[in-house]
Amino acid sequence: MTLSTHLRALEAETIHIFREVAADFRNPVILYSIGKDSCVLLHLAMKAFHPAKLPIPLMHVDTTWKFREMIAFRDETAHRLGLDLLVHVNEDGVRRGVSPIASGSNTHTLVMKTEALRQALDKWGFDAAIGGARRDEEKSRAKERIFSHRTTQHGWDPRNQRPELWRVFNTRIRQGESMRVFPLSNWTELDVWDYIRAEGIPVVPLYFARERPVVRRQGAWIMQDDERFELEAGERIEMRRVRFRTLGCYPLTGAIESDATSLDDIIAEMRASRTSERQGRLIDHDEAGSMEKKKREGYF
Amino acid sequence: MNAPATLPTLRFFTCGSVDDGKSTLIGRLLHEQNQIYEDQLSALAKDSLKHGTTGEEIDFALLVDGLEAEREQGITIDVAYRYFSTPRRNFIVADTPGHEQYTRNMVTGASNADLAILLVDARKGLLTQTHRHAVIVSLLGIRDVVLAVNKMDLVRYDKAIYDKIVADFSAFAAPLGFVTVAPIPLSARRGDNVSNRSDQTPWYEGAPLVETLETIDVRNPAAGDFRLPVQWINRPDLDFRGFAGTVASGEIAVGDEIMVATSSRKSRVTGIYVASDTSQTARAGEAVTLTLADEVDIARGDVLCRPGAAPAVGEQFAAHVIWMGEEPMHPGRSYLMKIGPTLAPVVFVELHHRLHVATLEKLAAKTLALNEVALCKLAAGHPVAFDPYKDNRSTGGFIVIDRASNQTVAAGVIEYHLRRSENVHFQLLAISKDERAGQKRQTPKVLWFTGMSGAGKSTIANLVETRLHMRGAHSMILDGDNVRHGLNRDLGFTENDRIENIRRIGEVAKLMTEAGLIVLCSFISPFAVDRKMTRDLLAPGEFVEIYVHVPVDVAIRRDPKGLYKKALAGQIKNFTGIDQPYEAPTEPELTLDTTGATAEALADRVVAWLEERGAIPLLLAR
Repeated sequence: MTLSTHLRALEAETIHIFREVAADFRNPVILYSIGKDSCVLLHLAMKAFHPAKLPIPLMHVDTTWKFREMIAFRDETAHRLGLDLLVHVNEDGVRRGVSPIASGSNTHTLVMKTEALRQALDKWGFDAAIGGARRDEEKSRAKERIFSHRTTQHGWDPRNQRPELWRVFNTRIRQGESMRVFPLSNWTELDVWDYIRAEGIPVVPLYFARERPVVRRQGAWIMQDDERFELEAGERIEMRRVRFRTLGCYPLTGAIESDATSLDDIIAEMRASRTSERQGRLIDHDEAGSMEKKKREGYF
Repeated sequence: MNAPATLPTLRFFTCGSVDDGKSTLIGRLLHEQNQIYEDQLSALAKDSLKHGTTGEEIDFALLVDGLEAEREQGITIDVAYRYFSTPRRNFIVADTPGHEQYTRNMVTGASNADLAILLVDARKGLLTQTHRHAVIVSLLGIRDVVLAVNKMDLVRYDKAIYDKIVADFSAFAAPLGFVTVAPIPLSARRGDNVSNRSDQTPWYEGAPLVETLETIDVRNPAAGDFRLPVQWINRPDLDFRGFAGTVASGEIAVGDEIMVATSSRKSRVTGIYVASDTSQTARAGEAVTLTLADEVDIARGDVLCRPGAAPAVGEQFAAHVIWMGEEPMHPGRSYLMKIGPTLAPVVFVELHHRLHVATLEKLAAKTLALNEVALCKLAAGHPVAFDPYKDNRSTGGFIVIDRASNQTVAAGVIEYHLRRSENVHFQLLAISKDERAGQKRQTPKVLWFTGMSGAGKSTIANLVETRLHMRGAHSMILDGDNVRHGLNRDLGFTENDRIENIRRIGEVAKLMTEAGLIVLCSFISPFAVDRKMTRDLLAPGEFVEIYVHVPVDVAIRRDPKGLYKKALAGQIKNFTGIDQPYEAPTEPELTLDTTGATAEALADRVVAWLEERGAIPLLLAR
């Protein structure tokens, strides 16, 4: 399928950003989170450096609570593309028994995602971390630069962002500081799906509707992905025809009831949808301005 | 929503003064175009009660003011990007702040836009900030403007008020070179003339805002001569060498001749990848990789063009600059400029004039403060390829970065190349002493070791220099051995020659401090007046008098060169300590007593002294 002018322009912009990172940073990394945005990000990274091999390693920060299908897809993708995949787990958090169920979503996210990411960036000394975040996801993301500066403590200062003009990116950092880079900043959720369809990019099957064992919790359908998920009083597992609009830690990710089994179905469903993709993410609703707060602490 | 967009995606932004309703307009646009989801709308309703300024009604501004500080203060601080599409077109909107303090964020939003919506509060008319934004919009090369006269509901949809604002703007904007100015009377809060024509303004015959945005045909900024600024060299193996970048303008095909702008070396295109697909042509806006027929030396930052249609290549140019740093611009200071992928040192040589944004008056200026705009002459540290910004945004727009803070402190748009005859004298913009020293991460000093023969001046000075060298500091030793045999070969030991000897050493030491060096001088220099002469020659704090003390009987006992023996025997006249006095320093920066400590320990003291005063960097704990 040929790309629309709109998607071609977005594709070119993303490739341009990847090349700037490769040229200006000593030790960049791509943060791969296995979801649809990461799939597009990786696909465009491969294009940006073709015919050379991807000169930037891929890293997954694993909370140990991802859907099993996600981990299988991750390993299969790295193998298929012949990529170096680094996986980091906050072992200290694991030892302390931090989990989305026992510790709550706030603590789990802070320890297993934000702290884990900081550990990983320090461990390998990465000076640029490329992520698949989009500005249309959330209000504080809409305010963030494409090249977003981080202090030595990985903190973001939203009130003092560098002006970012044209496509001239100020990539200068001091020793110990780093840059977060968002090549998909200007893509929307619909753009991502349109592009996945046009380019035939594989995605995790969880995005497609199927009968799955789910339980109603906090107004969301949560899938029982393994035996660690215990039912509370009054809850019962039902088989429902569901799919996921975003993917994260399975106890924190709500499914939607859907009959969309193909990319065409997903795109049609999205166009008709009246709720945002973040609706299914329990972590965003913890408190007002919660995403900005997490980002200032170093969350992606 | 399914119809394919025929026109390219339109990037636009809203600007204007504080409280003219920029964020509200975007919120309204998104709402009417069904781009706000139910969960976002319910969160917005909750937010409106807490932070809103609209009473019971939904405050659409809160939809774009995404930072906590913005919601608390009810203002926009930074640019927000939002996305929507209609059946006819895709849109990328930047909502930019109106406060003068945050002009740099407005500039950020404007730089990538094809069109500006300039809002005016119908009650207030044109304000200074409206003028400022109109000028910046014009400087950044935006030629299409929607003049949104907002809050018409608050002036009873009065046509006369609207007409006056439109006329005022036409008069002000006449010299700004806009191609289209589309005035629209609207109310963002009530939705008049946003998506639909309003019944309240029957006298208005133009299109509502959305239709205007859907149909406007903005000038294609990518037309023009072929330019490919090279971002990255693709070298997977010895057989492939590709030059990757985004085509800034024009197009090129396999077989075409190309030239490297800075070196004028030519070659021919043998292959093109657009993204990762092979192609026969490459066009403006595409991310491409080219292969060439010849082994031409090409690096990141080189601009590829066609022979005969090359960009300007030079070091000096005139540009309009918008200063965005908290600290004012310093003429003559070395900054960095980034133009496309090229990074070069740059200095502001001259301020031609500053622009008074409200009146477009040209004012004389010596420096530039936050948010000020001026036409400046700049000089880059090496030749760069560029075009006037009006011809090419990608090769004509640059940012200025402060070397120390790494902050982006200015944005510039190149107006014209300064030919050699117009070049300003280079002496004016010579690299300063501070910059040379800053590059070496040290403060220049003259360590003046004074004391009697045999005190150990040279021994200690050598040990100090060894330590400095190992720390990565940059130094030089001047002593009798290397000065008397060369520079001062013509001097004897008369009174005049002695003074001339010290004067020359002082001047050489001074030149070396200009070079940013730490200079170690070991000379007996028995007279206080001579040492004072050198101290006065140097910048305050630069001269460090180090008194290497030894009692005369100890010196006579040491007598490493046998000089005291000869002096005592009368074979040498005017020998310090024997038949000529040594005037010990009364207030030396340091006194080293050589009878109580080893030379190594004394050298350590000197290094520690320098470290404590920040003259050399601390050793990093590894």
